[in-house]
Amino acid sequence: MAQIEERVTAAAVRRGAYARHRKAVPYWLMTPAGLYLLVFLVLPMAILVYTSLQSGGIFGGLRFSWAWENYTRGISTYKTQFVRSIVISAVVTVSCLLLAYPMTYWIAFYGQRWKSSILLLILVPFFVSYVIRTVQWRFLLGDSGLIFGPLKSLGLLPEGFRVLATPFAVVAGITYNYLPFTALPLYVALERIDKSLVEAAKDLYASKWQAFRRVVWPLSLPGVFAAFLLTFVPATGDYVNAAVLGGPGTRMIGNIIQETFLYSVNYPLAAALSVVLMVAMLILASIYARILGTEDETLTAAI
Amino acid sequence: MSATSVTARAGERDLAPLHRPNKRWTRFILPGFTWLMIVYLASPIFVMILYSFNDVPIVPVKQTPKFWGFTLRWWRDPFGVPGMPEALRVSLQVAPLSAIVATALGTLLGLALGRYRFRGKAPVNFLIFIAIAVPEIVLGSSLLALFIKWPELPLVGAFAPPIGFPTILLSHISFSIAFVAVTVRARVQTLDRSLEDAAQDLFADPVTTFFKVTLPLIAPSILAGFLLAFVLSLDDFVITNFVSGGTSTFPVFVFGATRIGLPPHVNVVGTMLFAAGVLAAIANVAIQSWRARR
Repeated sequence: MAQIEERVTAAAVRRGAYARHRKAVPYWLMTPAGLYLLVFLVLPMAILVYTSLQSGGIFGGLRFSWAWENYTRGISTYKTQFVRSIVISAVVTVSCLLLAYPMTYWIAFYGQRWKSSILLLILVPFFVSYVIRTVQWRFLLGDSGLIFGPLKSLGLLPEGFRVLATPFAVVAGITYNYLPFTALPLYVALERIDKSLVEAAKDLYASKWQAFRRVVWPLSLPGVFAAFLLTFVPATGDYVNAAVLGGPGTRMIGNIIQETFLYSVNYPLAAALSVVLMVAMLILASIYARILGTEDETLTAAI
Repeated sequence: MSATSVTARAGERDLAPLHRPNKRWTRFILPGFTWLMIVYLASPIFVMILYSFNDVPIVPVKQTPKFWGFTLRWWRDPFGVPGMPEALRVSLQVAPLSAIVATALGTLLGLALGRYRFRGKAPVNFLIFIAIAVPEIVLGSSLLALFIKWPELPLVGAFAPPIGFPTILLSHISFSIAFVAVTVRARVQTLDRSLEDAAQDLFADPVTTFFKVTLPLIAPSILAGFLLAFVLSLDDFVITNFVSGGTSTFPVFVFGATRIGLPPHVNVVGTMLFAAGVLAAIANVAIQSWRARR
């Protein structure tokens, strides 16, 4: 008996000692990753802002001089590409939502026990590398490719008809590539909706459409916001689709940033353009976090 | 039988139940649409696999929109393109290394965020959120800005990593941590705390409790985080293209090849990687259901 008592007291004493240390535990746990992210996420962004305010050339050396003209010059020079990126990205976001919503709605509400299998079928194509996937659309949408080649030889399309190198091809490519980022948050939000609420609405004589509009749609809005955030901003900065599927007339701001950074080596200008995108992202992300919080499942489950 | 229940019954007859058998053709719209979407999403994969057999007669060999006929030539020699084996090797070295480091760091971070309440938790959560929402081009360009600036920094300037393999690895770890952390955080949050309390009541110290109870419970999420980090690293083009200098990873190689014409070998390797991914997913599902049954 005494032995057991002794062990229990010892355990309690130990636990007290741990409790004192307990406060420090989360800080120890997050220190390695926190430091890493400070050095390789926060610091780079700060340096990007710093670089964007430098002036001078690569040969004369760069000096920090609060050179706001990088921003004014960048935005005015590349206004077309900025506007084009925003328009393309907006069209992409809307198409992604229109394509993904009915699909995820059906899976979440009627998928029954095949839900995760159908979801897996949707995600499987994305195991293939982004660049390879995008290149395949070149063969699908090519002037004499798999879709238009046969149609042209049948005389259903004029010989000069083309999709590749048009804004449509870029929109189609980005829509395809960003669909999972729209579909997953939507699915998580729809899946979370208590199905008996729909039944309750119908018991109260709501029609199918009314039940959707008044119950399902409002409850799925967090998913729509998350989908918007994860689709719109990254799509604005995309340049792979414009480079692979587009032509000279479809270049987006991402293409400009990449070329200015890597080929014309005008770091301040490229950094300024990049900071504009970053600030847009930070604003949207802050709004999202303010409304829905940063721990919301809809966003985290989206990955 | 009372009058009220009779009227309730009568009402029921007019009101259709939620899953009433819909006899009209409209019931096929949503499932039909979903299956069409699945075909649409899979179409580039079919093209990729089909064109890995494309018997292109052009020299030097490059992929064309036209399908010339079947051949197994590219499958017999999948790595026979100058530059590709090297790029593939870099990718297959970076992916496990970055996934291991990101999993270690991300798991600890996920534990801290999922388990404890502490000062500074909200900013850290927001930081992770930013890491996920930031456009790749912004992350890529800011990392390049860092690596360019690093040699000029006081004190640490001497330790600047040369642009190439080291900077690719450092960047991949950076964008993978957040994904691992949220995967682990989600699991830790739903963990049944009473299991750990029970272990402590049975005189287990916190370290033993962690290794014998907590770790086995969150292990699937750690594995999922690792696989996610691995795939993200293997797939990344935009960030890598910024920080790679002269070194190519497989996606960087493929992107470069699109400008001069894609060799069909890329389709073969793409198909192989795809098959490996599918097998891993099937294995994962099988293991999960096996664990669930036990």
